[in-house]
Amino acid sequence: MINNNKAYSVFFNALLIFLVLACLIPFWLLIASSFTSETSLVQNGYSMLPREFSLGAYEYLWNARGSILRAYGFSILYAVVGVTANVVLTILFAYPLSRSDLPGRGFFSLVLFIPMLFNGGLVPTYLVYTNILNVKDTIWGMIIPYLLLNPFLVIMMRTYFTTSVPNEVIEAAKIDGATETQALVRIVIPMSKPIIATVSLMTLISYWNNWTNGIYFLTTRTDLYGIQNYLNDVMNKAAFLQSHVTGNISAADIPSTSVRMAIAVIAVIPLLVAYPFFQKYFVKGITLGSVKG
Amino acid sequence: MEQTMKKQKTALTPDEKQRKRSRTMRRIRQYFPFYIMLLPGLIYLLINNYLPMTGLVIAFKKIDYSLGIFASPWVGLSNFTYLFSNNDGINALRNTILYNLGFIVFGNILAIVVAIALDCVASKFLRRFSQVVILIPFLLSTVIISYIVFAFLSPTTGFMNNSILPIFGIESIKWYNEPGYWPVIITIVYLWMSFGYNSILYYSTLISIDKSLYEAAVIDGASSWQQIRHVTLPGLKFTIITLVLLAVGRICYSDFGLFYQIPQHSGMLYSTTQTIDTFVYRALLELNDVGRSSAAGFLQSILGFILVFTANTLVSKIDRDSALF
Repeated sequence: MINNNKAYSVFFNALLIFLVLACLIPFWLLIASSFTSETSLVQNGYSMLPREFSLGAYEYLWNARGSILRAYGFSILYAVVGVTANVVLTILFAYPLSRSDLPGRGFFSLVLFIPMLFNGGLVPTYLVYTNILNVKDTIWGMIIPYLLLNPFLVIMMRTYFTTSVPNEVIEAAKIDGATETQALVRIVIPMSKPIIATVSLMTLISYWNNWTNGIYFLTTRTDLYGIQNYLNDVMNKAAFLQSHVTGNISAADIPSTSVRMAIAVIAVIPLLVAYPFFQKYFVKGITLGSVKG
Repeated sequence: MEQTMKKQKTALTPDEKQRKRSRTMRRIRQYFPFYIMLLPGLIYLLINNYLPMTGLVIAFKKIDYSLGIFASPWVGLSNFTYLFSNNDGINALRNTILYNLGFIVFGNILAIVVAIALDCVASKFLRRFSQVVILIPFLLSTVIISYIVFAFLSPTTGFMNNSILPIFGIESIKWYNEPGYWPVIITIVYLWMSFGYNSILYYSTLISIDKSLYEAAVIDGASSWQQIRHVTLPGLKFTIITLVLLAVGRICYSDFGLFYQIPQHSGMLYSTTQTIDTFVYRALLELNDVGRSSAAGFLQSILGFILVFTANTLVSKIDRDSALF
């Protein structure tokens, strides 16, 4: 903590207040426009305070909930399956690496580390998934590629296991007759709730916000789109309509501006609701992640 | 017992070799459950990361799907000469590197200043509250952010053209048609979505700096700036170097969403928004041009690899402890 003079303290306070506003205002604009009537949006444009307050967008969403609920449902499915599988894989990979006496530990660490520096790129990855694993146009295309195991999170969890779960506790459990698996399930996992929460939140963010897998792998099965791809699709159609007066997309296919903003608001809600509960762990996790692998 | 076995460097008699081997076998059996635990992750890394690496050879081939990847004919460097035969590839490479350099410089400076500010503000409430709020943009997907950017920049209804520019008496701007503005817009959007995360990272290093160093500096008559210069920044050195090295390794990569979705893939903006990632995607999925896009992907991987090793070697020459590996 710097012992600062008055000028510095004024500057730092002002800076933080400015940045807090800079983070909130754009987000507020999104929310405000979802509560503005469509006619007012078209006439007066987006504004911070709705000139004509209206719940029309949300009513429209409620009446047309079919396709949105469907996309929402797929997003939840991808997030639940993806996060569960990711956390299990991460624990299973991190725990052996945290055992300093494991033969071959250096090799397995290297296998994990190389992908952080070097990868085959989009084309070979795309070909592997479409030609060998055939995940194209299936729900697996949203779950398996890229997101199932993040080496960075594995290293974070390994560091936590090494630093926060004393070896003596594991040894004691083994003396009491526990097998390695039992020690992991009954001792190590209950002691590692903060890191598991962190990894879950990080993974939840990447699955919930993932839309690139959708445009790579769900090229014809757009009915499997999650909410992010749904939004992306709507945005693209609207942009297309603006630049091409005639085309095979009619304006009727696209929700109006305020409705689109309302969908975007709804898409953000789950993470915003989860965030305060995880916030404490999240900051801790960022800190842990900075520990040299 | 095992320790002494390990340390023994002298030649072993056959009998001892035998014993050592059986000990190794016993250890492997003892650790067997661990290898089973590692297996699913290893399989995934093999499929998701290592198998595609062998696919880097595609960059030197002309892919014929009827023959398969490995039987397709070699074409030497022709994919690369084709990649650089027109301006698209060079332009994408240039944009990627320039944007990343800007991101590294501005992103780190902003994050460090914010971390110091978080450390200095007297109000506990402001410190806690801003820590929560600055991470909110990090929760949003680039699709959502593209909606927000559109709310600001829409030519007809956007907040900029309707509410901000009229105050200064400036005419409406067709943002999505004018490439000149986009280096600034993209940089601002990048800083907006990423500064919170990096600030918290730096802040967590900052709070671990020994308080007595500041007290000693004050006794020696150090001003606030001198405290920052001589205590805070040296304390952050390791984190700064780690983050910059990792960023250098990714200097040929770009956030696909940031460059694809935020500019709404407006063709008029390609000159300043096309990066290697969007170029590869467009060549692959929109033009089905495997050759050029795999050549670009190859350059991306190799350049990143070379750069991070060069940078790491340089750092370790200067200060061994700061190097990444």
